[in-house]
Amino acid sequence: MSVMGLFFVFIATVAVMWLVRQGVLESPWLEEGEVAHYRRAGRAAEPPTAGRVGLAVFLAVAGCLFSLLAAAFFMRGDAPDWQMPPIPGVLWVNTFLLAASSAALQIAVFAARRADAERVKTALLVGAVTAALFLIGQIWAWRELLELRFFASSNAANAFFYLLTGVHALHLIGGLVALARTTDKVRGAERVTKALTTRVELCAIYWHFLLFVWLLMFAMLIGWADGFGAICRRLLS
Amino acid sequence: MTDASVPQNVAPPPAEVPDVDLYHAHSWITKYVFSQDAKVIAIQYAGTAITVGILALVLSWVIRLQLAFPGAIPFIDANVYYQSVTMHGMIMVVYMLTAIFLGGFGNYLIPLMVGARDMVFPYVNMLSYWVYLIATLVLVSSYFFPGGPTGAGWTLYPPQSILTGTPGHEYGIILMLVSLILFIVGFTMGGLNYVVTVLQARTRGMTLMRMPLTVWGIFAAAVMALLAFPGLFVACLMLLLDRTLGTSFFMPSLVELGERKDYVGGSPILFQHLFWFFGHPEVYIVALPAFGIVSDLISVHARKNIFGYKMMVWAIIAIGVLSMVVWGHHMYISGMDPWFGFFFAVTTLAIAVPTALKVYNWVLTLWHADIHFTTPMLFALGFLVTFVNGGITGLYLGNVIVDVPLSATLFVVAHFHMVMGIAPVLVIFGAIYHWYPKITGRMMDERLGKIHFWITFLGAYAIFFPMHYLGVLGMPRRFYEMGETAFVPASAATLNIVITVIALAVGFAQSIFFYNLFKSLKYGAPAGGNPWRAASLEWQTPETPPGHGNWGQQLPVVYRWPYAYSVPGAPEDYLPQNAPPMRGEHSP
Amino acid sequence: MSIAIAMVLVVVGSILFHVLSPWRATPIASNWGFIDDTMGLTFLVTGAGFVAVILFMAYCLYRFRHVPGRRAAYEPENQKLEAWLGIVTTIAVIILLAPGLLVWGQFITVPKDAMVIEAVGVQWSWSFRLPGADNQLGSSDVRYIDTTNSMGLSPADPKGQDDLLIASSELHLPIGKPVKVLLRSIDVLHDFYVPEIRAKMDLVPGVVTYFWFTPTKIGEYEILCAAYCGTGHPQMRGKMVIESEADFETWRTAQQTFEQSRKSDASRDKRASAQ
Repeated sequence: MSVMGLFFVFIATVAVMWLVRQGVLESPWLEEGEVAHYRRAGRAAEPPTAGRVGLAVFLAVAGCLFSLLAAAFFMRGDAPDWQMPPIPGVLWVNTFLLAASSAALQIAVFAARRADAERVKTALLVGAVTAALFLIGQIWAWRELLELRFFASSNAANAFFYLLTGVHALHLIGGLVALARTTDKVRGAERVTKALTTRVELCAIYWHFLLFVWLLMFAMLIGWADGFGAICRRLLS
Repeated sequence: MTDASVPQNVAPPPAEVPDVDLYHAHSWITKYVFSQDAKVIAIQYAGTAITVGILALVLSWVIRLQLAFPGAIPFIDANVYYQSVTMHGMIMVVYMLTAIFLGGFGNYLIPLMVGARDMVFPYVNMLSYWVYLIATLVLVSSYFFPGGPTGAGWTLYPPQSILTGTPGHEYGIILMLVSLILFIVGFTMGGLNYVVTVLQARTRGMTLMRMPLTVWGIFAAAVMALLAFPGLFVACLMLLLDRTLGTSFFMPSLVELGERKDYVGGSPILFQHLFWFFGHPEVYIVALPAFGIVSDLISVHARKNIFGYKMMVWAIIAIGVLSMVVWGHHMYISGMDPWFGFFFAVTTLAIAVPTALKVYNWVLTLWHADIHFTTPMLFALGFLVTFVNGGITGLYLGNVIVDVPLSATLFVVAHFHMVMGIAPVLVIFGAIYHWYPKITGRMMDERLGKIHFWITFLGAYAIFFPMHYLGVLGMPRRFYEMGETAFVPASAATLNIVITVIALAVGFAQSIFFYNLFKSLKYGAPAGGNPWRAASLEWQTPETPPGHGNWGQQLPVVYRWPYAYSVPGAPEDYLPQNAPPMRGEHSP
Repeated sequence: MSIAIAMVLVVVGSILFHVLSPWRATPIASNWGFIDDTMGLTFLVTGAGFVAVILFMAYCLYRFRHVPGRRAAYEPENQKLEAWLGIVTTIAVIILLAPGLLVWGQFITVPKDAMVIEAVGVQWSWSFRLPGADNQLGSSDVRYIDTTNSMGLSPADPKGQDDLLIASSELHLPIGKPVKVLLRSIDVLHDFYVPEIRAKMDLVPGVVTYFWFTPTKIGEYEILCAAYCGTGHPQMRGKMVIESEADFETWRTAQQTFEQSRKSDASRDKRASAQ
């Protein structure tokens, strides 16, 4: 649960700082007239688009989901029957693939900002293909474990392996749908518009988030996070 | 800061919010069925929620009949009783209250109150409703599967919820878990919309501190729901795997009815942590919108600004933050590390302070007011009584040591029905009477509304107030029959019969409301645009009911807060938010 | 108008109901009188708050009801008043919380000289185990459960051989001696609940939970289950008999040990196979 604690302190801090900046400390009945002019002064030149804010909120929700899974992982991992399965070597390749995918999308963002349509198309394609390869790699890892008879029902640690990678993969599949639609739009477009750039940016942010989650998750699965789990347990008991 | 420094004749700055491209419906189907208009979606949400709510009401009669006349009703046995308890609880908490406050009132009121044309993601908004509808259908469909719906109690605690000693362990529990997962997916889509619309689509001049408390309440509840529902999602997903694949997330080694199960090492307490991580914020997810709506009802019908608006907003935020760290008070006697008791008792009682401040401010709003006893006002006042009553019994249950004898008794049942059953339902009724004229263009019948109020308010109080005393006596909850028990006197059974009779009467009296609802659709007096003479933005639409896009050609511009009632010097006792400042208007 | 009267009636009715109600807490039979005291204190503080708020509201409703020509005052806030109300509420909450936490501290601190016993819950009955001559309970696990060992005691553990097994759902305890009740479930959640002793605690399969109390009144008390455990939940009953030290010793010596029960089962099996 300390994972959740950290996550919440972060979210609450961001929220409260934002609220104060938005003027929750002011007395509205003393402010007659349009207050738009001064509310705007402290703001960045360009207000964020609805899509960007929507993605930020969604990432908070997904972050909450993964933090809870991590909390459950550490709490359940305390039991004496816990036995982590061996980690298939293909996961290292997958990690590299996902990192490459994330990098490709970042390149697409840079290209879109320079309005380099050709480059955007290539980068998006590379990103999509590497992400798809990552998913295939994950299935490969599952198969490898199943062949070694590490079933979900035989130990909770195995079950967590499938659960965590599965939930992560589902998020990535959702991302791929969005990425496919973006690629489609870019193909149809004659030039890279601002709206298109935003779409590419949103995909890239989401990809970075999934990479970040994957790296933490991978660390948990191969046991690098054991020390953290021990700290959590000490805090709890 | 006042606007005095800005010359009034300067052209207004460009709208902060660009007009959105509205989706235009081309056919009857896309206008009323697969509609992307938040107002239509709101009515779909509310209609579905009320429909399952009626099912839950009928189930509560089954529960009450069994408690009053154990064994006397042929079609009620232990299985039916526990299935009714489970479905009643789950439907009311999740599928009815959460859905109607956020999906119903949230969808209808947020865009209108902040001056938006629609939600920011209308397509996602539509999907949200349809996923919710499917979730509801999956839940109800469990009645048609062998074994029926699950009877695990709405908390679905493993190991018992997936074992054979529980009705509905074959299919019911699976359908329940799948339905909840769907609900959460659907809700997340809607919740994103509510939050982002409040953040992004406010019209020019609508600062955060000029939003009506209704929007604040719904906004805070939506944020909390987005962060809390993943807890339930994870719990449901893992329990579903335990049930279907035989994993051991929550299931320890156990011998069930003489048979050794294959589970090993799982932790039932882990499930309780995840469940209540969702479950407690859920109480406030229902309560905060009710708080907001009540603030607006009281202010409008007392013709007075809500007292201490700033404190009300801060209290909502404080309650929202604190409510995420109090879940352990449901688990004082669950066998978790008892040292947690100290922490959770402190946080739980701390949350009483902002809540009490809200109550004071509602009551102080009535001081030197001009109170009109309309039906919505009566319901708001009824809410205050039941909420204060239910809130103070929360102080018993939150204080860890006092909870020990009372937990798992009828005291708990009485407490949460008073505070998160009756209180929010009274607000829902009040809100429907209040906004019905905006939604339909016609008034509801006041006389029928008042009859409905008196029966519902006094009846509900008479049902749940005495029930606390059965809990103090020690009568446990979730007993489908008390049987011969030494410490329970015969008079307790008499009281149970009295409660049941009142409950049936109050239940049937709701037909007055539904009659009024449908009759007024056709025969209600025409309402005009602003029958309550309210200041907030939703009453200032050019058309009533508001058309597609809400605001005609131009978005409204907001010049003041939504509680400008009885402002000294103003010609009328209210100033609409979008009325340009009077010449030389000064703030006191 | 009528709502103002109704509110006064609600307050008066609630107080009358409280005074006249025949449904009160059962006579206490343990050392946890402090819990009752804390609850009494909570009633006074919260009851006063309830009456004050509702009566004040009723007065406002009567005094400031709409009459032609009335106009409300314009008063956005009164920070001083709000601050005072906040302080008073905080003090009230501390008054409730402080004694509550003190008593909770006692509740989770088991006296060193407490007699340790074990209550085992299973769908849908209670059984109990008392330590034998060595004053220690043997280890247990659901793995060991079979027809002759329904509580799952470890057959190899020497500490467990002399444990007294009480399968009859009737637990006897001596008066005036602190008891630490270890709670173990072999299937689902249960809760050891005797209203008269106020304390209760869940039984969680997979872990051993506990609570303690000191019986203070001789008598027979009903044990219920207070955590929903399936359709048989209301039928899961037991009996707790509080008696004098001497009566308790008589009862205890009459109980069978784990070793004896295994032997008698074995001999019965032998007889059965011989027939």
